[in-house]
Amino acid sequence: MQPSATTTFTSVDDVRTRLAEVGYLASDAIATTVFLASELGKPLLVEGPAGVGKTALSQAVAAATGAGLVRLQCYEGVDEARALYEWNHAKQLLRITAGRDETWDEARTDIFGEEFLLPRPLLTAIRRDEPTVLLIDETDKADVEIEGLLLEVLGDFQVTVPELGTITATQRPFVVLTSNATRELSEALRRRCLFLHVDFPDAELEDRIVRLKVPGLDETLAASVVRVVNALRAMPLRKSPSVAETIDWARTLLALGARTLDVEVVRDTLGVILKHTDDLDKAAKMLDLDRVLAD
Amino acid sequence: MTTERASTSDSSPAEDVEARLVAFVGALRSKGIPAGTSETVDAARVVQVLGLDRRELVREGLASALVRRGGQREVFDMTFDLFFPAGTGTPQSVLQLGDELEMGVEDLRDLLAMALAEQDLRTMEQVAELAVDLLGRVGSEGSPTHGWSAYQTLDRMAPQTLLARVLQMRGSGGAGSGQATGGSGSADQPGAGTGTGEVTDGLERDEIRRTIEAFRQMVQSEARRRTAEVRGRDVVTKHAVRRDTGQIDFLSANRQQLEELRATVRPLSRKLATKLAARRRRARRGRIDVRRTMRRSMGTGGVPLRPAFAPPHPARPELVLLCDVSGSVAGFSSFTMLLVQALSDQFSRIRVFAFVNAMDEVTALVRDTTTGGDLGQRIQDEARITHWHTSSDYGEAFGDFVADHLDAVGPRTSVLVLGDARNNNLDPNLEALHRINRAAKRVFWLNPEHASRWGLGDSVAPEYADVVEMHECCTVDQLSRFVTRLLPI
Repeated sequence: MQPSATTTFTSVDDVRTRLAEVGYLASDAIATTVFLASELGKPLLVEGPAGVGKTALSQAVAAATGAGLVRLQCYEGVDEARALYEWNHAKQLLRITAGRDETWDEARTDIFGEEFLLPRPLLTAIRRDEPTVLLIDETDKADVEIEGLLLEVLGDFQVTVPELGTITATQRPFVVLTSNATRELSEALRRRCLFLHVDFPDAELEDRIVRLKVPGLDETLAASVVRVVNALRAMPLRKSPSVAETIDWARTLLALGARTLDVEVVRDTLGVILKHTDDLDKAAKMLDLDRVLAD
Repeated sequence: MTTERASTSDSSPAEDVEARLVAFVGALRSKGIPAGTSETVDAARVVQVLGLDRRELVREGLASALVRRGGQREVFDMTFDLFFPAGTGTPQSVLQLGDELEMGVEDLRDLLAMALAEQDLRTMEQVAELAVDLLGRVGSEGSPTHGWSAYQTLDRMAPQTLLARVLQMRGSGGAGSGQATGGSGSADQPGAGTGTGEVTDGLERDEIRRTIEAFRQMVQSEARRRTAEVRGRDVVTKHAVRRDTGQIDFLSANRQQLEELRATVRPLSRKLATKLAARRRRARRGRIDVRRTMRRSMGTGGVPLRPAFAPPHPARPELVLLCDVSGSVAGFSSFTMLLVQALSDQFSRIRVFAFVNAMDEVTALVRDTTTGGDLGQRIQDEARITHWHTSSDYGEAFGDFVADHLDAVGPRTSVLVLGDARNNNLDPNLEALHRINRAAKRVFWLNPEHASRWGLGDSVAPEYADVVEMHECCTVDQLSRFVTRLLPI
């Protein structure tokens, strides 16, 4: 029998409203998949380009359900000791030196107790009694071996520590894995998850996001910002501007006190959304930024 | 589609949801989405949780259970529309019109122009339904070719010619008020006149173009749906639903598909490079370094518990590409050139030669071309790839290469020949290929034709395959598999 879920939503619309309350505007796809993940008790694998709100989604779910967020940041070379648990060797040595007169048996049972265990994110998430959202960030950066480790954790929500036995979760954490698809994740891992591909939001949703995140911005200016960003995304750029960059740009415009999106302003601030020189050149050509100079 | 009409389950009452789900998963498999039994079970649970009332939610829910990676979504959506259509038979919008059914093409175009100007997706969908019903019918009822054609509909509607009119309607303020008379077609930029100086003025044209593209897709999916009802889903799924980009055939790809392929070069090269890095890490054992092992064993009383391995010497090969860039195989060649260029840090040196019937070096051209530029065109313009006729001649090109560039090939060089080996019945000049083969470490021939067609017509593939190793390489999947094997560990 699986442990019960900690985060509960009543319907797809419930997901949408509660995420919106904590400042995350979800599309149909996101709301539906989050609801299914909490209903079916499966981990959620989120893929998509950088800066579309993959990590923010799990933070929003945690905030909306009042759960604690436990985060495991993956990188090349992350191993069991950083992901699962580790014995506190230094403390064990201290303990052995402190009790010199003990028999071996006493010392042995003692130094492998709870006190000397250093829980890492995965074990922490499983042992927590409160509602928990477990975020495994940038899973594709970790090595293939870690995926094998995740299978036990995500499949049965349990961890086996040889000296202590198997620790099973009392409540099931809501698990979110994110990936930038730099490496293909294994089929075994994909099969255990619900898959969500987050792409750039449509213009209408992005407009709402900008106005929510940058409240002081003039409405027509916000709409113009979104239109320019969408036009840029349709071009073959090295790095398309993401939602995060749209918001940064809106904030910049607000700080500069811009009223309209005229050529002058855009030329000065385009660096906020485009990070490569050749992208900047292309965008300038497309938006006809040099036409004022020509006049 | 008129969304709230009927539920998704009433097309044929005898067919229950489970059966349809199973058939749906089967259709996905035939299109290269490997959904297993456990996915099907998940999909069933999704339907159980969500119910079938709201179609868009069901779509997203099933996608989360059945789709496993980003590129598969388009195929999924097309198949979903066939198996879970929003409605059946003649759409509501057509029935509502009733007696006004003799609407002409011009009326439809007026409607569409208004919808485009207002960016009204609902109305655009209704226009798409009407257009397919009125303009798209092909074959008479009951005949085996009966169905609805998106091509015919779009040909008669010609939505792309509405651009100027829509621009004008937008320019004249309130979109709904301006019932522009057809065919005025002035191509003036509306923003230029008003001159507010805002950057967004210049964007309208592109935005409308994208909206028109969306309309095209609505027509296509509506035509697929209507045809599927007449001819059965399986037939339509087989022919009308596109495949993954990884499985597009290089030779039959159209212009748009080639564009899509080109967009995958950079991510693909990054993926291949990561895969190789991982393989290298795992392969880090080999010859034992005796000196370091002995030194290490000091700590364990002279017992060599932890052997030390000598660091590997990755032999980065040199690569020479000989690419046929004539008409039919040009798409394949330029894709491969860009891919190899993107992987250039995996090789110590890359040289690229292009030919139709004369061989010329294009290494610098390939290096300069960013993914946006049109490589094929630049090679046509700037390199000397033909002698006095324009049909491909492998024999003469190899002869050229042996005469002028054989010094590019050394004992550490791998040579890749790209081409379909269709020699227009000219001399294959096997001796030249033999000489290249003797000079090089290895020679591979990548042939974008299906192996079953080698040797048919003017193809001399079997003769060349006797001299060098020839591989069938029709799709991106096959190509990336080959490239991974070629690269050093």
